[in-house]
Amino acid sequence: MSVKLNSCYSLKGPMIVLALLFIHVLWSHLIYYTILIYAVMNMPNLLNIQQLSYVYHTMQGETLAIKDISFTVSKGQFISIVGPSGCGKSTLLSLISGLLAPSAGQIVIDQSILENLKYAIGYMLQKDHLFEWRSVYENVLLGLEIAHVKTPENIAYVEELLEKYELKDFKKYRPSQLSGGMRQRVALIRTLALKPDLLLLDEPFSALDYQTRLNVADDMYNIIKKEGKTALLVTHDIAEAISMADEVIVLSKRPANIKASFSITLETEDRTPLKSRADHSFSSYFNQIWRELNDVPSTT
Amino acid sequence: MTSQAQHDFMKHQHQQKIWISIYQLLILISFLGIWELAANMKWIDPFIFSSPTRVVTTFVDMLLKGSLLNHIGITLYETLVSFTLGSFLGILIAIILWWCEKVAKTLEPYLIVLNSLPKTALAPIIIVWLGNTTKSIIFTAISVSIIVTIINVYYGFSQVDVEKIKLIRTFGGQKGAILSKVVIPANYANIISTMKVNIGLSLIGVIIGEFLVARAGLGYLIVYGSQIFKLDWVMMSLIILGILATVLYEVILLIEKKVQKIGG
Ligand SMILES: Nc1ncnc2c1ncn2[C@@H]1O[C@H](COP(=O)(O)OP(=O)(O)OP(=O)(O)O)[C@@H](O)[C@H]1O
Ligand SMILES: [Mg+2]
Repeated sequence: MSVKLNSCYSLKGPMIVLALLFIHVLWSHLIYYTILIYAVMNMPNLLNIQQLSYVYHTMQGETLAIKDISFTVSKGQFISIVGPSGCGKSTLLSLISGLLAPSAGQIVIDQSILENLKYAIGYMLQKDHLFEWRSVYENVLLGLEIAHVKTPENIAYVEELLEKYELKDFKKYRPSQLSGGMRQRVALIRTLALKPDLLLLDEPFSALDYQTRLNVADDMYNIIKKEGKTALLVTHDIAEAISMADEVIVLSKRPANIKASFSITLETEDRTPLKSRADHSFSSYFNQIWRELNDVPSTT
Repeated sequence: MTSQAQHDFMKHQHQQKIWISIYQLLILISFLGIWELAANMKWIDPFIFSSPTRVVTTFVDMLLKGSLLNHIGITLYETLVSFTLGSFLGILIAIILWWCEKVAKTLEPYLIVLNSLPKTALAPIIIVWLGNTTKSIIFTAISVSIIVTIINVYYGFSQVDVEKIKLIRTFGGQKGAILSKVVIPANYANIISTMKVNIGLSLIGVIIGEFLVARAGLGYLIVYGSQIFKLDWVMMSLIILGILATVLYEVILLIEKKVQKIGG
C-alpha cells in the first residue's frame, strides 16, 4: 500500500498553544509571535504529501499527470486546489484517497490524530452519482452498507445529519425528485456517514447553476465546519476557491505541480463563503491567483 | 382542482382509448366471421383451413376427453422450466464473465459463433444425445435462449458507468460490493427486457423440441395433427399457443412493474 501511516508525532504543538495563553498576558508581543510561529510549525499534519508523481499507462502511451507535488494539510484546515482543466486535480484526489497508487513519492497520514482509523478519508466525486434505484435514505446508507458498519449508532448519526440539514422529509424520495442542491447535500451526508477525518471534494458544485452554487457552497461549508472536518476542495473557479479556503494551492498545466500557494486571511468575522466574497482582500487574492493561473507576471 | 381544459383533455384521451378497443375487437370479430363464412360457403376447404366453430368443438371435445389440458400443461411446464433455467444460468454465466474479464475476452469469439448459429439446428443432435425425453426438449429450449441472455446481460454489465464503480471503491468496496450495489441494480431493466425476449425464445425451443420428440404437448399436437390431416387440431393448438405466449409475456410485464416499484 502506498499510503503510509505514521504514528510518531509530537504533542508539542497543541501544548505550546495552550501555554501561549498565559504568556500572552505576561510577556511582550514579540515573544508571543515568535512562539506562535514555532507552534504552528509544530502543529500535527493530518496529511503529508512528499514528492508525489503519477503516470497513467495506456496502449496509446504514458501520460505524466502529476509531477513532484509536496504539501501538508493540518487538522481542521480547508485547502482549495485550483488548476486548469485536465491538469491532474482529480488524479491527485484519487491518489490521496488510495484509489490510485503513486508512481513515485509518498502520502503519509498521521494516524495518531485520526478519530476514525479505518475510514479516515471521505471522497466526494465530481458527480453526485445518487442511485435512482434507491431512495434518498438508502442512498445515504450506501457507504455504511459497503463498509459493513450499519450499526445503530451510525444510523442514528445519519438520521441526525438528515434532520440537521433539512432532508428529513425527503427520506423516501427518489434522487430524481430532488433539486440539484439537495442532491449535493445528500451526497455530502452519504460521505459524512462514515465519519471521515479528511474530506476530499472534487468540484462538488460543478453541476449546479450559479445561484444554487453560491447557496450550496455556503451550506456545505457550514456543514464541514460544524462537523469539524478537514477538507481538500478541487475547483477551477478561483472565487469559489478563495471564498472557502484557508489556503489556495495553484497547480500548473499538466503535468500538475505546485505553482504557488496562498494563505488566505480575511478580516470578515464568522466566515462563510458568501461573506468572504465581500471581503476587502478578496479581489486582491483573486487577481494574484488569476495571474498565477494565466502566467501573467506580477506587477508589484 | 383541475381546469376545464384539463378535464376536456382527459375525457378526449379516455374516449380515444375506448374507440381503439372497439376497433381492435372489430378486427377480431370480422376475422373470425369471414373465416367462418368462407368455410361455410366452401370458398376455402374447411378440411384444410378448419373454421372457428370446428376449432371450438374440437376444443370442447378434447377438453372433455381430458387430453388437452395435459398437453397444454406439459408445454407450459417445459417452457417455464427452460425459461427459468435459461435465464438463471445465463445471468450466472454473465456474472462469471464480468468477474473474470480474462475469461470473457478469451471466450468472446466462441460466444459470437454460438450466437450467430441457428440454435434450432442443434435440436436433432440434442435428441440423439439425450434421448426422446422431456430433458431433450428443455435442453433444446435452453440452448435457444441462453447465449442471447449471456451476451445481453454481460453487455449491460460492462456498460455500467465507471464513475459509479469508483464511488463504491471510495467507500472501500471490493468486487462483490460493486456487483451487488451497482452492476446488478443498474441492470434491472436490462435483465427484465432480456427475460421478455427469453420467454418467447423458450417457447420456440419447446415447440421445436416437441416437434422432434413427438410425445406430448402443443408442439406434438401440431405435428401429429398435420400428419393425420386433423387440421382442426393444428388450428386449435396454434390459437392456444398464441394465448399462452401472450399470458406468459403479460406475467413478465407484471413482474417488471413490481420491480419498478421497488426501484430500478
Ligand atoms: N484513466 C486514465 N487513463 C489515462 N489517462 C488519464 C486517465 N484519467 C485521466 N487521465 C489523464 O490525466 C490527466 C489529468 O486528468 P484529471 O482527471 O486528473 O484532470 P482534472 O484536473 O481533474 O481535469 P478536470 O478539471 O477536467 O476535472 C488528463 O490529461 C487525462 O487525459
Ligand atoms: Mg477532474
